[in-house]
Amino acid sequence: MSAAILHWLLLLSQVLLALAMIAAASRMIRGPRAQDRILALDAFYVAAMLMLVLFGIRVGTAVYFEVALVIGILGFVSTVALAKFLMRGEVIE
Amino acid sequence: MRRVLPFPVLTLALLAMWLLLQQSLAPGQIILGSIIAIFASRGLAALQPERPRIRNPASIIKLIYFVTVDVFRSNVAVARIILEGRRHEQTAGFLTVPLDLHDRTALAILSCIITATPGSAWLEYDSLRGVVLIHMLDLVDEQAWIDTIKNRYERLLLEIFQ
Amino acid sequence: MTDIPVWLAIVVGLLSLAGALLTLVGCIGLARFESFYERIHAPTLGTSFGTVAVLLASILYFSVTGQRPAIHEVLLLVFVSVTTPVTLMLLARAALYRDRAERNGTVPPSVGQDIVVPPTDAKS
Repeated sequence: MSAAILHWLLLLSQVLLALAMIAAASRMIRGPRAQDRILALDAFYVAAMLMLVLFGIRVGTAVYFEVALVIGILGFVSTVALAKFLMRGEVIE
Repeated sequence: MRRVLPFPVLTLALLAMWLLLQQSLAPGQIILGSIIAIFASRGLAALQPERPRIRNPASIIKLIYFVTVDVFRSNVAVARIILEGRRHEQTAGFLTVPLDLHDRTALAILSCIITATPGSAWLEYDSLRGVVLIHMLDLVDEQAWIDTIKNRYERLLLEIFQ
Repeated sequence: MTDIPVWLAIVVGLLSLAGALLTLVGCIGLARFESFYERIHAPTLGTSFGTVAVLLASILYFSVTGQRPAIHEVLLLVFVSVTTPVTLMLLARAALYRDRAERNGTVPPSVGQDIVVPPTDAKS
């Protein structure tokens, strides 16, 4: 009984996060400018990270947490590098 | 002490992070984590960062409380603006705020607070004039926002750092 | 996941639902707002209390079902709340710089001394 409640609530949350990723992806495609696309990519990364945490709860292992951590770090680094590129035209000066 | 451990708080934080990542309190992990933390904080010391002087640690608790309450409140406010979709009133706008704060650590904390709060974003700061440009999503009463930033956050940060 | 208490299932489920809902609202705002400077406010919904709620759900679930308290999710929370303002500020500054370089008139002039920005013809 309780397992079923948790299963459906988690599934619903994951559907909501998937919709969030779709919304972010639509902004990524529509643009109109590079900074909008990068902002959308950042939001996409956050939603993906939360999605992985929920996967971890559903499966019941803490392994997904590490994946979420890696996604969070990659999202940060890539967004900073892209923002730096927009500002100066170079990532490393 | 200062030569072995130039940044004691950072070293402790790194050790805590190591233990959290390992999810254990085994003696071996504590030793390994301490070694890594000590070397990493000495690595930071090689960069010679400015050492922040904290005058009033009690105010930090108050600041954390204010930030949590405000972030929660503006979460609700921004969610309402998005869901209601009242986009024709054009209430978003830019705001310039003069600041009395000059400590670099305090400014960094203030900028993180303002940007992390939904509905306000720190855009740029000029250190010569001490003026900051902020973008607000819901800019109905300009003076009220300036007062909030100055009385709620800047005063506390001045208490803590200067 | 067979023998968990009912209250835990409900609390964990509702917390994750709340977090997912906040993130979704943030991303809808991202898709819906009309200018870049409005859009920059939207993702903070997901990174502040959206992340808090989902991670709280994870902490609760693993602490009650596992033998030891699992609080390493706190790391992820600290990491997200420290890095998000940095990325947003960098992006906002890049956007300001580009808008000023093109002189499209919607952004205020620099608050600092007048920096001469060379006009460019970047359009992407």
